Amino acid sequence: MIPELGHFALALAVALAAAQAVLPLWGAASRDKRLMASAPALALGQLIALATAYACLIWSAVTDDFSVLNIAQNSNSLKPLIYKITGTWGNHEGSILLWCLILAICSGAVGVFGRNLPSSLRARVIGVLGVVSAGFLLFALTSSNPFDRLWPPPLDGRDMNPLLQDPGLAIHPPVLYSGYVGFAIPFAFAVAALIEGRVDAAWGRWVRPWTLASWSLLTGGIALGSWWAYYELGWGGFWFWDPVENASLLPWLTGTALLHSAIVVEKREALKTWTILLAIGTFSLSLSGTFLVRSGILNSVHAFANDPARGVFILALLGLVIGGSLVLFAVRAPVLAPSGLFAPISREGALVLNNILLCSIAAVVLTGTTYPLFADLLFGAKISVGPPFFTATVLPLAAPVFGAMSVGPTLPWKRAELWPALQRLWWAALIALVVGVIAAAGLKRGLPALAFGAAAWLIVGAFAEIVERSRLFRIPFAASRTRLAAQPLSVWGSAIAHAGMGVTVAGIAGMSLAQSTIVAVRPGEAVSLAGYEWRLDSVHDGAGPNYTARVAEITVLRNGKPVVHFAPSRRAFTVQKITVTDASIYTTGLFDLYAVLGEERGGAAVLRLHLNPLAPWIWFGALIMAIGGGLSLADRRLRIGAPARRAVAMVTS
Amino acid sequence: MISRRALLLAPLGMATLTGISFWMLLDRMRTGKFDPHAVPNPLIGQRLPDFSLPGQPPSPGFSAADITASGRPALVNFFASWCLPCVAEAPQLMALRRAGIPVWGIAYKDPPEATAAFLARNGYPYTRVARDEPGRVAIDFGVYGVPETYLIDKTGIIRWRWAGALTEDVIEQQLQPLLRQYS
Repeated sequence: MIPELGHFALALAVALAAAQAVLPLWGAASRDKRLMASAPALALGQLIALATAYACLIWSAVTDDFSVLNIAQNSNSLKPLIYKITGTWGNHEGSILLWCLILAICSGAVGVFGRNLPSSLRARVIGVLGVVSAGFLLFALTSSNPFDRLWPPPLDGRDMNPLLQDPGLAIHPPVLYSGYVGFAIPFAFAVAALIEGRVDAAWGRWVRPWTLASWSLLTGGIALGSWWAYYELGWGGFWFWDPVENASLLPWLTGTALLHSAIVVEKREALKTWTILLAIGTFSLSLSGTFLVRSGILNSVHAFANDPARGVFILALLGLVIGGSLVLFAVRAPVLAPSGLFAPISREGALVLNNILLCSIAAVVLTGTTYPLFADLLFGAKISVGPPFFTATVLPLAAPVFGAMSVGPTLPWKRAELWPALQRLWWAALIALVVGVIAAAGLKRGLPALAFGAAAWLIVGAFAEIVERSRLFRIPFAASRTRLAAQPLSVWGSAIAHAGMGVTVAGIAGMSLAQSTIVAVRPGEAVSLAGYEWRLDSVHDGAGPNYTARVAEITVLRNGKPVVHFAPSRRAFTVQKITVTDASIYTTGLFDLYAVLGEERGGAAVLRLHLNPLAPWIWFGALIMAIGGGLSLADRRLRIGAPARRAVAMVTS
Repeated sequence: MISRRALLLAPLGMATLTGISFWMLLDRMRTGKFDPHAVPNPLIGQRLPDFSLPGQPPSPGFSAADITASGRPALVNFFASWCLPCVAEAPQLMALRRAGIPVWGIAYKDPPEATAAFLARNGYPYTRVARDEPGRVAIDFGVYGVPETYLIDKTGIIRWRWAGALTEDVIEQQLQPLLRQYS
């Protein structure tokens, strides 16, 4: 009964989304106020219907209703409750439903928070979101219905891939999808602006908070995925340039560019056409990422049940959404009059440089990711593009981004002088130089030392603008403090986000110095790595709710004193017959000790041991970036929307 | 302002080209002409590597010369008792055997008694079964993992390789046309 209710709610959501796609757009075109006013209600209706459908899916999973095909294939009665819930988005059908639910939340958010938007713009934005929703909901209902029944029901389910039974991965998809799907709102604003033929500062101000929110979530989502790969897959790395990882990096890169170019639209009414294109491009890349993962075209560790027939459906949808918006762009973009001139050396100029470099990195990553496919198509050649390509091409493009990141925010708008700006940053440059020289002397390796210098430059330089604005150390401290407190949150937000990037760069530089070894050890024996003695005490059997395990007990000693006790294990999941390694990690904040248990042969256990300097900083930096974005989002200027459109209340005092 | 217009059309052009390419790839995936997971084997088009292996009793062993001596296309199948996909492909191998296609089996890194139990349980589709306990011959073939099947034409040239279990679809769409071509 409950699955049927979910099925019905899903069908209802399709109908409401179809109405949401047609009525508001029609109303805006024919200036019918009532039709335009229907938009928020339809969006909320669709959201309620989808939330009901999703609740039904969770209910079926929690109550072990194996007569539902999706649950029988992906759940098991022995699975812990938390993974029964999170498992609903660990498979193709459920994740598409979650994707649609988040899109519906976006529509609903525009309906609720967009009250101060001009009614035609709001109707068009919600209408465009409705078109996307209707397409993907139709896909969910017709070819990926999570409520399909199975008769006769099996006694027990086939269980979820054990790699996914992990708290990090449980929350990774919702966060990542929120980031992906959130870019639908800037996209819808871009399409609506093209239809209206107008982009102004107010438009830039509406688009920015939505972009910022999605960007922060996407940053968090990517970081969670990378963290999961680090501790759960037990490969000891954090980024593998896997096609699916790249698919999430691409919208992040163009989204970061969009975030910055939208500032130029907001402040200076320049770069309008480019910003519109970026908004369309970012969402297109989000969508294509979803498509590439599911069609099975790319050879990747991330496997959903691949089905070329589904791929054709999604491709047709992409053609409609991306192709349609780009046709509109080609036809309507000339209408957007360019204005707001600026000199090459200026805040705008720095943001253009940021855009060029970020988009170049995106182009390089896109080329590397899709080249094997096109090589196969055009020349019939099997080629794989690996990390050396990405390192060699991304690094030279990332270096100038890091260089400019600290300079840009100190430049004034319209026209600036580079030399005085650099003079203001002398102390940041000095600190970066000192860090770089110390690192070079200590490590005797050039590239990591440079990276540490760059990290220091980013972290210190990020606060240069605030130091400058508050005239710190140049006027009495109390006066500086008042000036500091008066800085808008968005200034703090961007400084913190830039510093977060620096922390991540430091973490990546530290990881490049990682030490590791693979050894066969008998119980009682010890090996030494990186100044630590790793002693294998014993290897024994263990058991969990739905797996059996071999557990190694390891004591790590430094100078004969125990530092930490490790128990890495190999878990054999009983239903899926998959063995998963569970790495043990001890972190001090400055470095990680990391141990993985491999196979056992002739009484000896194969251990893989790592010392990863600064590893936690990679994800910590990403978290700081996301927090910076969130802080910026809390800025009052963004919340109040466009002042020009609001009637100002008369205040008498 | 023709150049500006052309510039604004460029994203659409690129997206269209990408879309068409993806559509073609999907189409080739459906017809089995494109497999993103395929691992290329440089031995295709090359002569069968020279080897001689001991037999799995009661079968005598065989060498590369024995395979080409029959003068007709043959399959070489690497398998092991510890491999689940090998169990899954056993019925397909039996069907090939019934169709009169010689299948030469090589037990890869497997103790003799385990191989014997495996053959007793899953059927005996092979012309002969040889043992490759050290796995050297598998290295010469460039075996990626068991099960793996090679098509050798009557002159002893490797024509096709399949890594993974043989399914009815694979046999229907890929192997049968090649068998017709080379017989």
